[in-house]
Amino acid sequence: MEFGIVELSRLQFATTAMFHFLFVPLTIGLSIIVACMETVYVMTNRPIWRQMTKFWGALFGINFAIGVATGITMEFQFGMNWSYYSQYVGDVFGAPLAIEGLMAFFLEATFVGLFFFGWDKLSRVQHLVVTWLVAIGSNMSALWILIANGWMQDPVGAEFNPMTMRMEMTDFWAVLFNEVAQAKFVHTVSAGYVTASVFVLGVSAWYLLRDRHVELARRSIAVAAAFGLASAFSVVLLGDESGYNATHSQKMKLAAIEAMWHTEPAPAAITAFGFPDQEARETHYAIHIPYVMGLIGTRSLNTEIPGISELVEQAEARVRSGMIAYEALLTLRAEREATPQVVKDTFELHSADLGFALLLRKYTDTPHLATEEQIKMAANDTVPTVWPLFWAFRIMAGLGILFIGTMLYFFYRASFKRMQFPRPALHMAVWMIPAPWIAAEMGWFVAEFGRQPWTVDGVLPTAMSVSALSMTEVAITLAGFVIFYSVLFVVEMSLMLKYIRKGPYLEVAETEAWMKRHEVRLMGRKNADAIAMPAE
Amino acid sequence: MILNELLSYETLRVIWWVLVGVLLIGFALTDGFDMGVGALLPFVAKTDTERRVAINTIGPVWEGNQVWFILGGGAIFAAWPPLYAVSFSGFYLAMWLVLAALIVRPVAFKYRSKRDSARWRNGWDWALFAGGAVPATIFGVAVGNVMQGVPFHFTDDLHAIYEGVWYVKFFSLLNPFALCAGLVSLAMLVMHGAAWLTLKADGAVQARARRIGAIAALAAVGGYIGLGLWLAYGFDGYKIVGDYVTDGPSNPLHFEVVKGGSWMEAYALRPWIAVAPVMGIVGGLLAFLGLRAGREVTTLLASKMAIFGMIASIGLTMFPFILPSSSDPRSSLTVWSASSSHLTLFIMLVSTAIFLPLILLYTAWVYKVLWGKVSEKDIAENAHSLY
Repeated sequence: MEFGIVELSRLQFATTAMFHFLFVPLTIGLSIIVACMETVYVMTNRPIWRQMTKFWGALFGINFAIGVATGITMEFQFGMNWSYYSQYVGDVFGAPLAIEGLMAFFLEATFVGLFFFGWDKLSRVQHLVVTWLVAIGSNMSALWILIANGWMQDPVGAEFNPMTMRMEMTDFWAVLFNEVAQAKFVHTVSAGYVTASVFVLGVSAWYLLRDRHVELARRSIAVAAAFGLASAFSVVLLGDESGYNATHSQKMKLAAIEAMWHTEPAPAAITAFGFPDQEARETHYAIHIPYVMGLIGTRSLNTEIPGISELVEQAEARVRSGMIAYEALLTLRAEREATPQVVKDTFELHSADLGFALLLRKYTDTPHLATEEQIKMAANDTVPTVWPLFWAFRIMAGLGILFIGTMLYFFYRASFKRMQFPRPALHMAVWMIPAPWIAAEMGWFVAEFGRQPWTVDGVLPTAMSVSALSMTEVAITLAGFVIFYSVLFVVEMSLMLKYIRKGPYLEVAETEAWMKRHEVRLMGRKNADAIAMPAE
Repeated sequence: MILNELLSYETLRVIWWVLVGVLLIGFALTDGFDMGVGALLPFVAKTDTERRVAINTIGPVWEGNQVWFILGGGAIFAAWPPLYAVSFSGFYLAMWLVLAALIVRPVAFKYRSKRDSARWRNGWDWALFAGGAVPATIFGVAVGNVMQGVPFHFTDDLHAIYEGVWYVKFFSLLNPFALCAGLVSLAMLVMHGAAWLTLKADGAVQARARRIGAIAALAAVGGYIGLGLWLAYGFDGYKIVGDYVTDGPSNPLHFEVVKGGSWMEAYALRPWIAVAPVMGIVGGLLAFLGLRAGREVTTLLASKMAIFGMIASIGLTMFPFILPSSSDPRSSLTVWSASSSHLTLFIMLVSTAIFLPLILLYTAWVYKVLWGKVSEKDIAENAHSLY
């Protein structure tokens, strides 16, 4: 594969997106955990819970800053590097992004300032509401982004308008309630909850191993294990739901993940392990588990899941149909309203396959006149590279199972063994901290790399989506991002570690004293919210 | 959906032209003073405590303010996809500089006071300075270029092609008119930042902010008038010619546009729009007087009026153009040729009608909670929890 502007732009997008997603899951999850802790504090008025809220809140803040900053890059990059994409699908894709800003981002960003600076200025209940609004804002943010992303995977509720040369929205509710988007949303936020739970668990385990901040650490583990257990189940179940959806909407992605080269009799077996070989279209040393794939993918015993070879044949037929649409489009563009009805009808009939004709643009400027060989090449291009998908998916799924196991164990010890945790388990919890990040990155890799060669599945090929930029420009910005982001990463990690080493700023006794003062102050402001404080 | 027929396509297009303007002005009014404070930081605050006073006046609010910008970008993407596509890719390297500044800024806020080292803090202070001054200038440079028209064209399938090799693309943005516009924009936001500091700080920081802010206010007004005259006599305007419809498909290639005449003809056509530049100038002068007299609330309001007037005047002068093309006028983007579909505009309008009032409401509440000055005493008492 030659390395051109498309590949360079993809590399930049992948770099910035994956870097951004190092911070997002922790923001999503930790915001909820902190809000839960503060809820306990407000309900019980125990200083320890306030201390926990502030401590985990401080770590949340360090993480949040970079998450926001790198998120801006993502919003800009569609226009900067993918301008044809923006022009072609902005009518559909832009709306959820804008609504995300209106509904979610404003909420979290406006209140996050009060979360940190409002402790002295707000009553306890007011501050709790602020914290929850930050948490809700972060999670809603994910909802709209995944509606936008879900549409790229399964472009429902839109059709191509030849007069404006772009996709236009026809049914907003279809875009909003796109099943792919909904499953992805719950899967992604659950992954965020797991990430935050593993993080809280690991950091607390580290304290326990050093016999520091024991009260804070044990309570934090209890919260993290309960929350993490529920989320770990949810992340795996909704991952399964995504797989089920893919059987309808992204058959090729599913076949590639499973390295299913050929259609098998239903119910198909799942390949647990093996070495996929793209050239030969077979998987070496494969270990199959019978029936499982058919059951997951179709939830039935007699529905077939198409394999890669069969899907390529289908793609070839769609390329040919798309060529007819493309030819009609040329007339439509030139004649506009004067276009003969028969041409309009032809276009109408074949417009769903227009995207497949655009795959030919890589090989010819006149797709409607493509040669047989070019058609074959375009059809073959619809297969993503299998082996990275195959492996990334298995790493992610394996880690998912591991999270369920870990959370089950810690939940059991916390609930039934009076919070006594054996040292090896604590060590393991510390070492597991990076695991959810690996799983999350693998998940995005599967979702986005598996959609290739499309930016919008079946509608717009990646190769056509890029801006008319020079290699030099993109190389400059990519180098800039890499340097910049590396520095940010080092700074963020060093601060995170510094704050973890330091532990909570105030010890329990001091927190208690602070609370008494705060109470007096609030009472002075005629605030009925401050109530007498029970002893810890 | 039938509901969207309630408002004609033409009306919706105009409404969105107003709304994008509102969002961009909202950005300048709120994040504008954050950028102004950033640009003023090394000059109004000398000691570490003074710097922390200045930073903490915007500490709890800059994050929410910045969303105006992100929302502005999102709204342009949703309401005018071709504009988003052409401008973000056309101004590629300049956009990257804005991005770099906007990435550095949040991090600088959060991390600056988390270590005691003087070098660490000084470094982040310069990052805050750049994070304020660089975008404040670039936005003006961008507007200066938009008013002259920028060299791009569309192919038949609406691929946007920006003319020139990369360094020509970048450096031709830095033409004299645009650079002056950048300086005026910087002066305007410095004035706004100074007005904010006058309200939220006291002592030495406030005194210095008032002195520098007064100069900036005069410079902004003078520069604004100068640029207006330059534009009137030095540059051509753009016009749509021939028959066209205002509710047709959004395709620039369906319109005929020529370069010629003057942008100022808009004022002969619609004299009422002169309200905007008058607001800009009067507001700026009032801000100057307010800063001199030490009137805190009045100054901030005057500064807001100046910014509102100056930015609104740009949009009103150019209407219906949003991005003219100097090399291929036919490709120029206008309100009639660059919008989203009828349905998308309608859905976006409904969401905005629901959420924008809510946003204004809770933002106002937050500002109310945070009302009052930040003093050196506050910094000393909350040394570990403040920025």
